[in-house]
Amino acid sequence: MNDKHLSSQFDAELSAISTRVLEMGGLVESQVAQAVYALSHVSRETAEQVLVAEDRVNAMEVEIDNDLWTIIARRQPTARDLRLLVAISKAIANLERAGDEAARIARTAQRLLDAGVSGRLKLLLGDLDYESNLALNQLRKALDAFARLDVTKALEVLKSDDQIDQEFEGLMRKLITFMMEDPRTISASIDLVFVAKAIERVGDHGKNLAEAVIYVVKGTDVRHNPIASIESLVR
Amino acid sequence: MGAMYELPASDRAKLSVRNLSFYYGTFKALKGINLDIPERKVTAFIGPSGCGKSTLLRTFNRMYELYPEQRAEGEVNLDGQNILTSKEDVTLIRAKVGMVFQRPTPFPMSIHDNIAFGVRLFETLSRDEMDERVEWALQKAALWTEVRDKLAQSGSGLSGGQQQRLCIARGIAIKPEVLLLDEPCSALDPISTGKIEELIHELKSDYTVAIVTHNMQQAARCSDYTAYMYLGDLVEFGATKDLFMSPKKKDTEDYITGRFG
Repeated sequence: MNDKHLSSQFDAELSAISTRVLEMGGLVESQVAQAVYALSHVSRETAEQVLVAEDRVNAMEVEIDNDLWTIIARRQPTARDLRLLVAISKAIANLERAGDEAARIARTAQRLLDAGVSGRLKLLLGDLDYESNLALNQLRKALDAFARLDVTKALEVLKSDDQIDQEFEGLMRKLITFMMEDPRTISASIDLVFVAKAIERVGDHGKNLAEAVIYVVKGTDVRHNPIASIESLVR
Repeated sequence: MGAMYELPASDRAKLSVRNLSFYYGTFKALKGINLDIPERKVTAFIGPSGCGKSTLLRTFNRMYELYPEQRAEGEVNLDGQNILTSKEDVTLIRAKVGMVFQRPTPFPMSIHDNIAFGVRLFETLSRDEMDERVEWALQKAALWTEVRDKLAQSGSGLSGGQQQRLCIARGIAIKPEVLLLDEPCSALDPISTGKIEELIHELKSDYTVAIVTHNMQQAARCSDYTAYMYLGDLVEFGATKDLFMSPKKKDTEDYITGRFG
């Protein structure tokens, strides 16, 4: 978005709202990282911080939404301005949900701390760490793509979504094995199933964000399209 | 513009413009325009001042012939017949292709006669038939309820918005096939504008409507197709929903998003 509008005030409004989205994205990103840390490092304090941050993320979503409606009502945006604002609306909804997933992980961490995690299950926390790094990376890249309206980067995010899905499947198989071998781990294992799912969802929200970036730049809605057709659109 | 935009199979071209150029003396105001205007749809023309949109509209009923130094080259086919070279009486062409101008132009006569005047040129109607026609046109133009009790009063006593609807009523009273609207709302307040836009929506079930407007939101609101013109060229033409959401040309996007200039 280098070229300027005739109205510099409009430019200022668009750039301010984009900055707010990135700010919210940064907050959610650290929220997810903290949630996973709380779990793998059994830190009650970090889990608390995640839950505190959730209120701020929720408030930001509402504030950005309000700004969006004001811009739409006052400027009647069209074409790529309209696409950007629609994409922002989707982006903040996805970020807020990624924040919800972080809170879910933090609450699970608290519960596991209360109940105590057996030694064997602790081994799995390392795998969760790996999955969550993949997901965080997705989220970070998607936010980068959004900041620079970079479709190539957005495409990378879409292409690596499979990796997280595969990691999630692998974790499931391991957890099922644990549960079959030792029924005493069932309760904690089910908690970890939800954590793994939550992390996988964070990756999905990153993917949605990346799709929104392509929509802003190319004007094409690529949701549910095969990756090959998206690739030829972007290249 | 590269390849000409093809209308979808569901739309038939009422007016086909082919390689149309237009000159004001030596100044070339239109540079080889190609486009199909679909029947019973609203087609909007947008673009900055001097881009040729009004000029293009004025070729559709040979309005430019009133001025000797103006000439058109190419084709404007109305149902396949080139009206630029047609031997048909230009008055008959204008009966098929009616026009409403930017400023309301009521004739200095009663509301009733404003509408009956044009009809008398083409048809011989009985008094009752004429009254019926006047009421029909005023109904269509959404003006009837406001003027039914003062048909004998002068048309110039109406408000601006009412005068413009009177002009539209006058235009449709002769039952044209195509209605050209050259900035019909630029002198009107938002309420009158809303009424005219509502009317445009009603009219398209019977007529092919082409509207020139400076108001992009108006084009977005009330047209099915939109043409963006610049310096005598047709830059982009397509379905309005596509053009305002994802225009194909960057120039179009810059104009409709207010980055022009």
